[in-house]
Amino acid sequence: MRNELMDNVETSTPVSTNRMRLSIGPSHPATHGTVKIDVELDGETMVDAQVEIGYLHRAFEKSCEQGNYMHPIPYTDRLNYVSPLICNFGYAQAVEKLLAIEITERCKYIRVIMSELSRVTDHLTCIGASAMELGAFTVFLYLMKAREYIYELIEDVTGARLTVSYVRIGGVKADFPWEFEKKTRLALRKTREVLDEVDRLLTKNRIFYDRMRGVGVCTPEIAIQYGITGPFLRSCGVNYDVRKVTPYLVYDCLDFEVPLGIQGDNYDRYLCRLREMEQSMRIVEQAFDRMPKGEINVDFEGRPMSAAEMRDLSKFGATEGLLRRSVNAEPTLAGSERVFSGLVNIPERKVMLPPKEETYSNIEGLMNHFKMVMTGHGLRPPKGETYTAVEGANGELGFFVVSDGTDRPYRVRCRPPCFPTMAALPHFLIGYSMADLIPTFGSVNMIGGELDR
Amino acid sequence: MMEGLAVAAGKVAFSLFVLLNFVMLLTWAERKQSALMQDRIGANRASIFGFTWLGLFHPLADALKMVSKEDFVPAGANRGLHAVAPFVALFFALISFAAIPFGDQLWIGRHPVNLQVIDLNIGLLYVFAAMSMGVYGFVLAGWASNNNFSLLGGLRAASQMISYEITIGAAVIGLVMVFGTINLQTIVHRQGELLLGFLPAWGVFYQPLGFLLFVTAAMAETKRAPFDLPEGESEIIGYFLEYSGIKFGMFLMTDFVETVVVAGLVATLFFGGWQFPYLYRDGFHLPGGGILVLSQQVVCVIQVLTFLSKLAFFCWLSLLVRWTFPRFRYDQLIRLGWQMMLPLSILNVVVTGGVLLLLHR
Repeated sequence: MRNELMDNVETSTPVSTNRMRLSIGPSHPATHGTVKIDVELDGETMVDAQVEIGYLHRAFEKSCEQGNYMHPIPYTDRLNYVSPLICNFGYAQAVEKLLAIEITERCKYIRVIMSELSRVTDHLTCIGASAMELGAFTVFLYLMKAREYIYELIEDVTGARLTVSYVRIGGVKADFPWEFEKKTRLALRKTREVLDEVDRLLTKNRIFYDRMRGVGVCTPEIAIQYGITGPFLRSCGVNYDVRKVTPYLVYDCLDFEVPLGIQGDNYDRYLCRLREMEQSMRIVEQAFDRMPKGEINVDFEGRPMSAAEMRDLSKFGATEGLLRRSVNAEPTLAGSERVFSGLVNIPERKVMLPPKEETYSNIEGLMNHFKMVMTGHGLRPPKGETYTAVEGANGELGFFVVSDGTDRPYRVRCRPPCFPTMAALPHFLIGYSMADLIPTFGSVNMIGGELDR
Repeated sequence: MMEGLAVAAGKVAFSLFVLLNFVMLLTWAERKQSALMQDRIGANRASIFGFTWLGLFHPLADALKMVSKEDFVPAGANRGLHAVAPFVALFFALISFAAIPFGDQLWIGRHPVNLQVIDLNIGLLYVFAAMSMGVYGFVLAGWASNNNFSLLGGLRAASQMISYEITIGAAVIGLVMVFGTINLQTIVHRQGELLLGFLPAWGVFYQPLGFLLFVTAAMAETKRAPFDLPEGESEIIGYFLEYSGIKFGMFLMTDFVETVVVAGLVATLFFGGWQFPYLYRDGFHLPGGGILVLSQQVVCVIQVLTFLSKLAFFCWLSLLVRWTFPRFRYDQLIRLGWQMMLPLSILNVVVTGGVLLLLHR
C-alpha cells in the first residue's frame, strides 16, 4: 500500500523533521549479488532511491574479443550464474546465425530441455530467496531441495553444477547420459511435490500476501519504456515472451502457455514465476516425447577402449583400425564420443570439434582439432553482424555479435535482462516503506554477473 | 533469619538454573527443530572427547565463542550507553521470571516453602512491568550505536513494545476478572478446581479468545519471527547491529529468556501453571471417586515437573511458529496491534463482564 504519509509532509508538519540517508548495500543481507541502493527515508518511507551498480563488472564484453569464437562460452556461464545454460545457448545461437548453420534436431531438443530445466532452477532460487528475506526461511530450504534435484540432472549431463560450459558452436558438448529421461521425469515429479507444498505455505498465507500484494507496482507503460522483459513485464499483463514472439529452437512445436499477471505487483510476479515453472516442466516432458530417439546401439566394430589408451596407441602410429573403434571418454567428456557426437552435433568440420575418436586416431581428426583450437585458426564466420535473443529466466537475453571475418569476434554485446529492471527500480521503491524494498528487490531477481557483466 | 536467607537463595538459584538452562537448551532446540522442519540435520559437530550427543554441546561452544570474541565498539558510539544496553535488556528479562510460581508449598520439616521466588500480590503487574522495562535496553542499543540501521531497529522495538504491551494487558483483564486476583500463585490455585466435574478449570477454558490474543501479543513482545521487526535481519539487521562478542550474545539470550518467561506466563495464566489435572495436596483424586494417596514431597515434585513440561511445550510452540511464518511489515504489525487485537481484547473484557454479571446475579 502506497503510504499517504509522504503527501502530508510538506503541507502540515509544524515539527521539523529530518530525512535519513541510508545505504543499503553493497554488502547487505538482502542485496544478494553486490549492488548498492541509496535510499532517503522519511520515517520508514522511502522518498528517494538511487541504484548504484557495477560492483561485479569484469569486462565480459571486452574479454570476448580477446579469444576465438569458442572462448566466450565459459564466460557466458558467469553471466546468469543461476541459469548458466540459457546464457550458453544464447551465445551459441548468435554465432550459429552468423555462420548460417542449422543444428541437428536432437540437439535442438536437448537445448530446449536444458534451458527449461535452468529456468526452473532460476525461478526456484528467486522465489526461495524472496521468501527467505521475508523471514520464511523454511520455504527457502524446501525450494533449495527442489533445485538440488534439478542440479543433479544438470550435473549428470554437463559434469558441472554451475560453470557448465555445455554448449559448442554447432552442437553441445555431450549427449544425454543413460536413462536421463527417466531420471528427469522422477526429478520433475519430486519438484512438483515441493512446489505444491510451497504453494500451500505461501500463496494463501495472509502475512505473505499482505507483504507482496500492492507492493512495488509496475505499470505496463513504465515496463515498456524501460525495456523490461521476462516475468517482470508479464506480471503487468504484457504478453511478451521471446519463445512465443520469435520462436527459436523448437519452441514453436511445443505446447505451453505464458502466464500473465494483472496488477504488476510483487505478488503477481511471484505467481508468474510459480506458474512458469509448471509450464517449463511441461515443455521438458513434451520435448522428451517428441525428441528424435538417439540410436545409441550403432554397430560397433572392435571393443571399446579408453580414450587415453587410444591416444597412446596413436602416438606409436598404431592407428590402423582405430578409426572404427569406439572409446570410453573420461567422465567429464562422456557423451561426446563418435556415436553421440553425430547425433547432437552438426557434421560441419569448420565449426565443430571432431569426436574424440577422430582426434586420437587419425591425422585428419587431430589436424581438425588443432585448427579449431589454436589461436589464429579456429572458426571464421563471414563478415557481418547479428542479434539474436533467447528467453532467459529474467527476460530477453540477447547477444549482438559482429564479425570482421577473422577468427575473433569484433564485438560481443550482451543484453542482460535485469539491467533495464534495475534502471527502473526507483519507480517501484519510492513511496513505499523501507521494508518493501526487500520483496521488490527480490522480485527483480537481480543477478550481479549478468547485470554488471 | 539465616534460614530464610538460605531458602530465598535456594529459590533464586533454582529459578535462575531452570531459566538459564532452558535458554541454553532452547538455542539447541531451535537449531534441531528448524533442521527437522527443513529436512536438514542441524548442529551436530561440537564434541567433547568425541561425544557429540545430538549436538547438545553446541550451546557451550557458542557461549565460549561469544566470550572469546572481540568486543567492538564503533567510533562515534556513546561508549557508556553502548555497554549498558545489553545488561539492561537481559537483567529485566531475567528478573521478570521471579514472580512466576513453579510449584505449590513444599514442607521441609515444619516449614512451608513457597515455590516461587517472590510471592507478590501484584505478581502479574510485576512481570509486565519488568518486561516493559526491558525495552530500554533495545532502545539504548539502537540510539547509542551511531548507526542508522540500529536506530531504525531501536525505534521499531520501542513502538512495537508500546503497541503490544497494551494488548497484553487488555487481553488478561478478562482472566483477572474471572479469577478476581492478580497474584499469580492464587491464579494457579484457582485453576486447580474442576469445571463440570471433569474439566480442569484452566484459564484457557474460561478465556479462549483472551488466550489467543495473549499468546499472539506475547510472541510479538518476545520479538521473534513473525514479529522480529526490530531485528529484521534481511532489512535493517537490527538494534544489535553494532554489537559483537558476548554483548551480542546477551541480546540473543534476552530473546530466548523472554520466550521462556512468556511460555511461563502462558502456562501459569491459561494452562494451570504447576497444576496437574486431578492432583491435589494428598494425591490423585480420580474422577471416578478413588483417591491415590501420595506423600506431599512427591506431589510437589510432580507439580514442578508439570510446570517445566508446560514451559517446554510453549517454548516449542514458539519455535514452531518462528519457523513457519514470514515476517510482518512494520506498519502492518502496528495496525494489527491497534486495530485488530486491542478492540478484540476490549470486546473480550466486555463480554466477560457481561457473563460474570449474569452468573452472579
